[in-house]
Amino acid sequence: MKTKNIMIVGVGGQGSLLASKLLGHLLLSEGYDVKVSEVHGMSQRGGSVVTYVRYGDSVASPVIDRGEADCIVSFELLEAARWLPYLRQDGRIVTNTQQIDPMPVVTGAVSYPEDLVGKMKTAGAGIDAMDCVALAEQAGNIKAVNLVLLGRLSHYFEFPEEAWMRSIEACVPAKFLEVNKKAFALGRDAS
Amino acid sequence: MKQLMLGNKAVARGLYEAGVLFASSYPGTPSTEVTEELARYDDVYCEWAPNEKVAMESAFGACLAGRRAFCGMKHVGLNVAADPLYTMSYTGVNAGLVVVVADDAGMHSSQNEQDSRHHAIASKVPMLEPSDSAEALAFAKLAFELSEEYDTPVLLKMCTRVSHSQSVVETSERTVPLKEYKKDIQKYVMMPGNARKRHPFVEERTRKLTEYAETSPVNRVEMGGTKLGIITSSTSYQYVKEALGDSVSVLKLGMTNPLPEKLILDFASRVEELAVVEELDPVIEDHCRKLGLKVRGKDLLPICGEFSQNMIAEAFGLKTDHGRNLEETLPMRPPVMCPGCPHRGLFYTLKKIGCTVLGDIGCYTLGAVPPLGSMEMTLCMGASVSSIHGFNKALGRESESKTVCVIGDSTFMHSGMTGLANIAYNQSHSTVIILDNSITGMTGHQQNPTTGYNIKGDPAGKIDLEALCRSMGFRRIRVIDPYDLAACEETVREELACDEPSVIISRRPCALLKYVKRRPPLKINPDKCKGCTSCMRIGCPAISMKDGKARVDATLCVGCGVCTQLCRFDAFEGMVKED
Repeated sequence: MKTKNIMIVGVGGQGSLLASKLLGHLLLSEGYDVKVSEVHGMSQRGGSVVTYVRYGDSVASPVIDRGEADCIVSFELLEAARWLPYLRQDGRIVTNTQQIDPMPVVTGAVSYPEDLVGKMKTAGAGIDAMDCVALAEQAGNIKAVNLVLLGRLSHYFEFPEEAWMRSIEACVPAKFLEVNKKAFALGRDAS
Repeated sequence: MKQLMLGNKAVARGLYEAGVLFASSYPGTPSTEVTEELARYDDVYCEWAPNEKVAMESAFGACLAGRRAFCGMKHVGLNVAADPLYTMSYTGVNAGLVVVVADDAGMHSSQNEQDSRHHAIASKVPMLEPSDSAEALAFAKLAFELSEEYDTPVLLKMCTRVSHSQSVVETSERTVPLKEYKKDIQKYVMMPGNARKRHPFVEERTRKLTEYAETSPVNRVEMGGTKLGIITSSTSYQYVKEALGDSVSVLKLGMTNPLPEKLILDFASRVEELAVVEELDPVIEDHCRKLGLKVRGKDLLPICGEFSQNMIAEAFGLKTDHGRNLEETLPMRPPVMCPGCPHRGLFYTLKKIGCTVLGDIGCYTLGAVPPLGSMEMTLCMGASVSSIHGFNKALGRESESKTVCVIGDSTFMHSGMTGLANIAYNQSHSTVIILDNSITGMTGHQQNPTTGYNIKGDPAGKIDLEALCRSMGFRRIRVIDPYDLAACEETVREELACDEPSVIISRRPCALLKYVKRRPPLKINPDKCKGCTSCMRIGCPAISMKDGKARVDATLCVGCGVCTQLCRFDAFEGMVKED
């Protein structure tokens, strides 16, 4: 099997760690070779951050290159657009529509680009854009954005729902389990 | 059991299984998690040392005593620890000693892109280079074996992509070999008469290690297509396999010092053309040239920055998909000081006063970024304190009245103290600002000698910064709260004006520390806000302008209140005083 590539992108501090941990658990338990590559250090301080998740029979490189990602999961809209060049021609973006102003926007040097979803569609990218913050709140915890995104992502990979549930149970602390399962379901069923 | 494991955690696991009993390190991205993960094992003594030199010498002491020892650091940390390393090469070890050094090609979190292999060559210490977590675990164990068998410290070289990638490993049980300490003056007292006898031992050891490198399973040939043969190591090996697969033959080197000779010559004879794929400097490539081989390398691939699979593919003539771009240029998202960061108020003050600010290594290096943009120099750990002395001596009184240096608490303990001793001794009227946020922030919250806690979070010795400065002879030591802008400005102006050396301690814990209580977020009263943008000058990510009015992002704001001191119209509401 050819190696598959999932990127998780966002703003440092948004907490993408759970998403990559959960994916790693799922893919390993489904019997794949897996590599997950993270960013630590300075860029975590509110900068643009990316995690690479790769799986297949035998994975060599720990990183994903331009034009290789089967799916980009984004916690923030501008970050989805930033990493667009990494998407395969037939790849899919699953993104939160939340906008977090980067410092050049905060200082007024530039403005936050408008209609990024439309522009990415025009560029030919398959894209699922959702207000994950609202869905996470609906599930009972604003921090469950992770699971809303993974719920949507689950459409594009043929793993059985039980496998996702087992990995959620293995990676999420018991007291947050119900909220996270609900967030996963809301993301999965969002249109 | 198969499990996904971070490269750095796999190193820690390997060290643990090999029976390490002593660990001393200084944190530095991308090396930090090796020591943090090791500290989770109750049967290993672990500590954060004030700097890498102290860590390495402490580890040397433990290995001398007969216990397997480890110290870890980032690439630039090895410069600090180079002094003990080069002579430990002569003394050799008693129990095994493994030094983990993590390079940062691409400078994800570093001030330079130096290649640690040069230190291995220059110090004549063997170096192993894993290419994934499974090798990281295995090589950490092998490093102890080699250390004891060949009587040498061993360098285990990591890099960002191996340190911070998770891949599949299998763990096994721990065994703890112990050695006796034996007095051996000729081996361990490196004065000229003894060192002269040890140097030939080092040369002979390198010869023996070269023989080992010829046949060791860590250096392996993977024959594929024979038109092109590639010699590679570390994460570059993974990119080569990804990009070129079996279309080429590969000599994968797990040991990059000393390099084999016969193995390389034999490999070269089995392929039509030879190339080296290595990040940073052409170390293996130069070695091949010395062996008289015709080889390609840095003519195809850059010295600067990281590699990737596409870069390798294109270097060898394959086409890759470059994906698609949006037509417009997107705003950058550089790292920023966090909301509530105690450094923000101080840098705002320094900018307002118009000081020349000589800086140092830490989160606060972000004080160089707009809109604060008030740091003008950053070199290496501790350099702010030493260089302000030279700067002021060179320019005299005028400079002394408008120049400050800033250094974090951990960096000050690392190597700011010696620079401060120089100011106290040679008397420049310098103003040194210690940014005491009570933690080592940048690398993810490690304790240090000023925090009162050790690596396991237990109470430990605590160095009193004021008392330390007093004991050096400083009479002017001021403590300020960087959330109080008026007090900051008054104090900095006074200390710049006075004709003697002074220390200002800007003290407030990092806003991300768990024990620091977040206060409720502030709100803008839109009727009061005039849209003057005064509050934007502190560069807080929680404040933005929307439709001509300031707006506070309630998910980011921690209620520090620095912005309220800038607003002339009292537009910020909901400020809660600290308990």
